[in-house]
Amino acid sequence: MKRFHIFWFRFRRNRAAAGGAVVLAAILALAAFGPVLYDVDPFEMVGRPFMLPFDRYPLGTDVAGRDILAGIVHGARVSLMIGVLASVAATIVGVTFGAVAGYYGGKIDDILMRTTEFFLCIPSFVLAVVLVAIFQPDVVTVTIAIAVVSWPSVARLARGEFISHRDREYVLGCRAIGMPDWEIILLQIMPNALPPIIVVSSLMVATAILTESGLSFLGLSDPNLVSWGYMIGVARTVLRSAWWMAAIPGAMILITVLAINLVGEGLNDALNPKLRK
Amino acid sequence: MLQLIPVVIAIAALNFLLLHMTPGDAADILAGQMGHATVEFTQQLRQEFGLDRPLYEQFAIYLGKLLTFDLGMSHIQQTPVIELILGRLPATLILMVAAITISVVLGVILGVSAARRQGTITDNLISVTALIVYATPAFWLGLMLIVLFSIILDILPSGGMMQVGAGLTGIDHVLDVARHLILPATTLGLFYVAIYTRLMRASMLEVYGLDFIVTARAKGLSEGQIAWTHAMRNALLPVITLAGVQIGHLLGGSILIETVFGWPGLGRLVFDALLQRDLNLLLGILFISSVVVILANLVVDLLYGLLDPRIVHK
Repeated sequence: MKRFHIFWFRFRRNRAAAGGAVVLAAILALAAFGPVLYDVDPFEMVGRPFMLPFDRYPLGTDVAGRDILAGIVHGARVSLMIGVLASVAATIVGVTFGAVAGYYGGKIDDILMRTTEFFLCIPSFVLAVVLVAIFQPDVVTVTIAIAVVSWPSVARLARGEFISHRDREYVLGCRAIGMPDWEIILLQIMPNALPPIIVVSSLMVATAILTESGLSFLGLSDPNLVSWGYMIGVARTVLRSAWWMAAIPGAMILITVLAINLVGEGLNDALNPKLRK
Repeated sequence: MLQLIPVVIAIAALNFLLLHMTPGDAADILAGQMGHATVEFTQQLRQEFGLDRPLYEQFAIYLGKLLTFDLGMSHIQQTPVIELILGRLPATLILMVAAITISVVLGVILGVSAARRQGTITDNLISVTALIVYATPAFWLGLMLIVLFSIILDILPSGGMMQVGAGLTGIDHVLDVARHLILPATTLGLFYVAIYTRLMRASMLEVYGLDFIVTARAKGLSEGQIAWTHAMRNALLPVITLAGVQIGHLLGGSILIETVFGWPGLGRLVFDALLQRDLNLLLGILFISSVVVILANLVVDLLYGLLDPRIVHK
C-alpha cells in the first residue's frame, strides 16, 4: 500500500494528468451509464433526417434520421471496449514474447526478435485493414487485428527490461536456490519490469482507439454496433450541408484520446520518476 | 542488404497464408464469373492454376511468380494486380514525400523553437498544440480542413489530384497538382509534425546539457548559431530514426487520407478493393507496401551514416 500512496502522491501533483483523469472518468461513466440513462436505439429512425442540434434531439439527427446523441453514447462503449481489449491482448502477447526472449537470450531471443521486427516492417494499418477484410468485420476480428499490429512495441520494451534484470543479484540468488524459470520470470522479474510496460500499454489504448476509428471510417466495423468512426464515415458524404455530423463524433475521439494520453504520461512521471528532467 | 531477403520471403509467406484463409479460391471466383460454376469446370480451373497441388509446392510457385513481380490478377478489375499498383504508386509517393517534408521541417523548427524558450508561453503553446494534434484522428482533421478551406473559405480544392477537364500542361499543370496537394499532404503530415516537435524538443534539451554547448558558448557563438547549427545537428538523429519507422505508418495513414480527399493513389485503391471485396488486390498492396517500407528503412540507415560519421557501414 505504501508504494501506491507514493504513486498517488506523484500522480496527483501532475495537473495535466489529473485533468485527463477527470475527463477520462467522465467518458467512462458515459460509456457505462449513458446507454441506460439515454435509452434510444442508435440505429432507429427517430425523426426527420438532418435535424439541427438542439432542435428536438440534443445533437440532432443524421442522414437517416437517427439520433446522433444515441450514437455518441453507444459508440463510447464500442470505442473504449475495443481500445482496452486490444491493448490488453497486445500487452499479454508482447510481454510473453519479450520476457522469454530477454530472459533466455541466445537462439530463442534471435528467433523471437526476428519475428517481432518482421511485424514492425509491415505497415500496421494496411495489415489491420487486410485482416479485418478477410475475416469479416465484427468486434472480435477488429480487436484481434488491432492487437496483432500493436504487440511488437511491447515485446521490444519487455525484452529490454528483462535483459537489464536477468543478471542482477536477486535473480542469480533465485537461480542458486533452484527456483524454476517460470517462477523467476513471473514472480521475481515481472513486478520490477512492469512499470514502463504499464505506461506503454495505457498509451496504446489511445492508439488502438484511433486505429479502430480509422477502420470503422472505412466501413470495417461490426455492422450491428455503432462506433464514432462509423458515424464520421456516414457523415462524410454530407460534409457540405451538415459538417457538424462529422465534427461531433470526431471531437469525442479527440477528447478521449487526449485524456488517455495525459493520464498515460502522468503514469510515466509517477511510475518512472528517474526519467523526469 | 542480404538480410532483407528473408524478411521479404517472410512477408510473401504471410501473404500466401492470408490468401489461403480467404473463403473460396480463385477457381471458385473465376468459375462464378464465367457463369458456369459446375464442379468439373471449377476443378479444371484449379488444375490449370495448380491449386490442387500440395501447399508447399503452391508456395514455391507463388515465390517464383513474385520474383517476376507477378502478383496475380485482380479478378474484379480483370487487370494484373502489379499494373494496378504501379499505376497508383506515383500519386501515393508524391503525397508521402510532401507529408514527410512538411512534418520533418515544421517539426524540427517548432521543436527547436520550443526548446530554446523552455518554460515560456511560446514553449507551452507549441507543446499543448502538439499534444492536441497528436490526439486528433487524421482523417477527421482532413474533413474539418475541407470544411474550413474548401467549403467556408473556398480557397482550396476539396479533393482529387487535378482539375478535371482543364487540360493544363507544363508549369500550370504542376501548380494545379500542388494546389490539390496542399490539404491532403498537410493533413497526413500534421500528426507527425506533432510527434517530431515533441521529440525534437526533448532531444534538444538533452543536447543543451552537453559539454560542447558550454564550449560553444564560451567561444562566444550567438545563441542562434548554437541552436541551429551545433545543437540541431546532434539532436536530429532520433528524428531521422523515427522518420524511418514512420514511413510504414504514413502508408497506412494515406489509405484514410486518400479516401477523404479522393487522391488517386494506393490508399484509394485499397478503399475501392474493400468495397468490391477484391482480396487478391488487397494482399498485393500489402506486399508491395511492405517492400517499400523495407527499402525506405534502408535509405534511412544510409542517411544515418551521412549525419553521424561515427556510424560506419560494414
